[in-house]
Amino acid sequence: MSFLVSSAAVWTAPSVDYHALAPEIVLAVGLSIVLLVDLFTSERNKWLLSVLTGFSLLGAVLPVLTLALHDDSTRSLFDGRYVVDEFSLVMKGLFLLAGYVIVLLSSSHVEEGDYWRGEYWFLLLTSLLGMVMMSSARDLVSVFVALEFLSIPAYMLAAWRKRDLKSNEAGVKYFLLGVFASAVMLYGMSLLYGVANSTLLIDIAESISLDGEFGAIQALAIVFVVVGFAFKVSAVPFHTWAPDTYEGAPTPVTAFLSVASKAAGFIALVVMVLTAFPEGRDVWQPFVWILSALTMTIGNVFALRQTNLVRMIAYSSVSQGGFVLMPLAVAGGVAGEAALRAVVVYLIAYAATNLGMFGVILSVSRKTRSGDIASLGGLFTYAPALGVLLTIFLASLAGIPPLGGWIGKFAAFQALLTDATPWAYVLAVIGAVNSVIAFGYYGNVMREVWMRPVPHGDTTPITTPSSLQIALGITVIATLVLGILPGVVLHFGDMADLVGAFGG
Amino acid sequence: MQMIRDNNWVLSVGTFLPIVGVLLLLVTPKANDAAIKAVALLTSIATVLVGVFTLVNFDFDQAGSMQFVAQTNWIPVIKSTYFIGVDGISLPLYLLSMVVTLLVVIYSLDHVPSPGNPKAFFVLMLLLQTGMAGTFIAQDLILFFVFFELVLLPMYFMIGVWGGEQRQYASLKFFLYTMFGSALMLVAFLALFFKTGAESFAIPYLVENGAGIAKNAQVWIFAGMFIGFAVKVPMFPFHTWLPDAHTQAPTQGSVILAAILLKLGTYGFVRIAIPTLPDAAIEWAPWIGGLAVIGIIYGAFGCLAQTDMKRLIAFSSVAHMGFVMLGISTLTSFGVNAAVFGMVAHGLITGMLFFIAGSVKERYHTLEIAKLGGMLTQAPRLGWILGLCSMASLGLPGLAGFWGEFPAILSAYNPADGLNVTVFRSYMVVAAIGTVFAAAYLLWLYQRTAFGTPKGHDHHDLHDVNTHEWIAWLPLLIAIVTFGVAPNLLFSIIDPAVQGTLSAFGG
Repeated sequence: MSFLVSSAAVWTAPSVDYHALAPEIVLAVGLSIVLLVDLFTSERNKWLLSVLTGFSLLGAVLPVLTLALHDDSTRSLFDGRYVVDEFSLVMKGLFLLAGYVIVLLSSSHVEEGDYWRGEYWFLLLTSLLGMVMMSSARDLVSVFVALEFLSIPAYMLAAWRKRDLKSNEAGVKYFLLGVFASAVMLYGMSLLYGVANSTLLIDIAESISLDGEFGAIQALAIVFVVVGFAFKVSAVPFHTWAPDTYEGAPTPVTAFLSVASKAAGFIALVVMVLTAFPEGRDVWQPFVWILSALTMTIGNVFALRQTNLVRMIAYSSVSQGGFVLMPLAVAGGVAGEAALRAVVVYLIAYAATNLGMFGVILSVSRKTRSGDIASLGGLFTYAPALGVLLTIFLASLAGIPPLGGWIGKFAAFQALLTDATPWAYVLAVIGAVNSVIAFGYYGNVMREVWMRPVPHGDTTPITTPSSLQIALGITVIATLVLGILPGVVLHFGDMADLVGAFGG
Repeated sequence: MQMIRDNNWVLSVGTFLPIVGVLLLLVTPKANDAAIKAVALLTSIATVLVGVFTLVNFDFDQAGSMQFVAQTNWIPVIKSTYFIGVDGISLPLYLLSMVVTLLVVIYSLDHVPSPGNPKAFFVLMLLLQTGMAGTFIAQDLILFFVFFELVLLPMYFMIGVWGGEQRQYASLKFFLYTMFGSALMLVAFLALFFKTGAESFAIPYLVENGAGIAKNAQVWIFAGMFIGFAVKVPMFPFHTWLPDAHTQAPTQGSVILAAILLKLGTYGFVRIAIPTLPDAAIEWAPWIGGLAVIGIIYGAFGCLAQTDMKRLIAFSSVAHMGFVMLGISTLTSFGVNAAVFGMVAHGLITGMLFFIAGSVKERYHTLEIAKLGGMLTQAPRLGWILGLCSMASLGLPGLAGFWGEFPAILSAYNPADGLNVTVFRSYMVVAAIGTVFAAAYLLWLYQRTAFGTPKGHDHHDLHDVNTHEWIAWLPLLIAIVTFGVAPNLLFSIIDPAVQGTLSAFGG
């Protein structure tokens, strides 16, 4: 008893920088309000919830902006376990804005779907809060907590169409494989803690480098952690959950999983390998190299064979993940800065483009009620605007300039060539060939839209709800601006001391 | 290289004016056919006027220098700038792209191919124009790449939506081939950037510093560029997309493809690949020359075997671009001059031939050579124009085609220092034999389609050349004759610029 009292006396509350935590606080308050309002509103007024969710997200963007504009932009909290630097602010901004677009994409879907609306918005906000936390987490425990925080609501969202078998399958598959991945990762983390005797990532980095001899335990720990995240980002061969989950989940949730959730996985992976394992590059670089080559190629080959639109997008998103991994395969060497920039830029461009594509698909499926690629036949003839938008998004995914996607691909290639090792060149050529193969299926969809007849001659026009129109407007402008004036985002990645900031 | 920065807004305006037209078209209601055509026509006329202004203000005494140069920041992080300018090599091609687009727009006023939708058709055409013009003025590799790729999608849709029976296959093939080439080309550009010290993507900078790269690396970088450009040219054996794309494309698409798009590839060799990587160019030249003469003979045989008029013209492009590439492969100013002239001449002549093919198809509803005949009695003016263009295409002296072909063959007699003279002289012999075949297939084509008696076509609507066609065609015909009679009009602009690009090879 006296021991407890004495230690309590020694314990002092850490000084909390509330400004630095403001985005998280706004989100936490917002999701509590959503939960409470849901309890006390009638069915007719549930639309209020989507508005509240949108406002919470935009409200959380404000402190991100004030933090970014503040002179002292790097803030370290809790002994460096939670860091708010430029990198994390960029990612927070991305998650919040992507979240806002997803709210726009979801609102009509949710309103018309006769589902549990309040829970939907609550879970979405919770998961986004996890992502925002992930951007700043620099400690094994905070990384893991953030990861679970963002994953568990996502499992529930995937299974949200409760009476639909496919949606249940989606949720269960996602949950089981996700939990398995967490377990593998946790095991790796426990090994790391055993080696370093600390959970702080920079301490781990120090112990791995100071140790001198690089033992099997360190190697095993690194591999386990990377495998765990490989599941999250659906890298081949850990991608098997993605197509079923994407197909079964409600379409806005698929958009959420394929963009925000995936980006969060990549961010965590980047933070881990660059902050905790900079000296372990001989282990993870070849491993990521193989993952990247496999993910691009196999994702592409399977995507070519799909007739279902969402499954095709699922494989395409697997393949896009391979392109994000590409720069990471050289991130430990001289190309570190370029690689980091490539990942950030790629994720931003990919988010804008993919969300836009889902916007078009949601608009079209309101009419066709079908998931077949063939259901898009002749879209250009009866809905030219949607046809052109879809074309822009597909072309951007294929990496055709001057659209957003190409600057991501360009940055990735640039990182590889900065490294200038034979293996980097080989990966660049594999990437180049894959970007051509990818056009096989993106082009196939374009062909449907422009050159094929309308199925059943049904040319009734499509009415797009205003929320979807806004989402499409935001995403297409982002896609075009990123492509034509890429300096705007490349500037975000242009943080010379970024890698250094991790270490400090 | 000297830079002249006067009037530095001209090129940007000329290049992006079509985009303004696109925006105007987008807000024009789809039902208002007349307004759509008016916007497209006025935009392309305005573009040509800017082009004329460029021509008038071009300092011909300094055709070897970059003129109207503009350079501002674009993507500072990757050291890429918005850097544009024209010299004597770019200027003819830049203007050609503007003129051809205008003529195609005029032709389209009463020839919008099925399934209609002029709004989308003109939007794509104007987008193409920006991409083509931009490629010829870009002085920064990344900017070049962006423009180079910008033409892909519009052409893909032009073939795929408004094309013939096999349009979907042809358009996809076109796209995948080109994209494969450009993906490797981009990797090569990046490699060049890093090997020259990761300082700048500006072409003049790379020309200055590229020669310092180790020869082995140069050869590999050149390989990447070679594939990118050779697909576009197209060189044998990367040509197989071309006959399909040309045959299936609507007339307008074929004309633009033949007149401008193919030149993006040859222009890339002259502007980028050869000046930046001189050692690799010496290594590669015999292979390029070899593929070029194979292309000449193969294209000619291909032509002889065709039963479809449009496909025949497409194969003749393979042969003609073979002459252009042969001229380039000699790495002499004589050969490259011939090549640049050949690009312009081929653009005028083959563009014209595709126009004629389109009009033949419209009148006879077929392009099967066996079903045509007697054009001179049914539509004599059309027949005579076809005759003139066939003669120009086979390289008759006095018409533009001659000045691209003959000097190119001649240049192979005396290739640049470091190249094997025997090899190139054999190429010269083979290429000369190729011209005989060219005469054969073109005369045979003309004989079968224009001579004889009409074959059971009782078309009451079979009219001769109409007003729109005259307006669209006359400028091309005049240019074919003018440049044929007075080739120095063109050579005097091209030559100083060619001398500059080949300075690494001792002229």
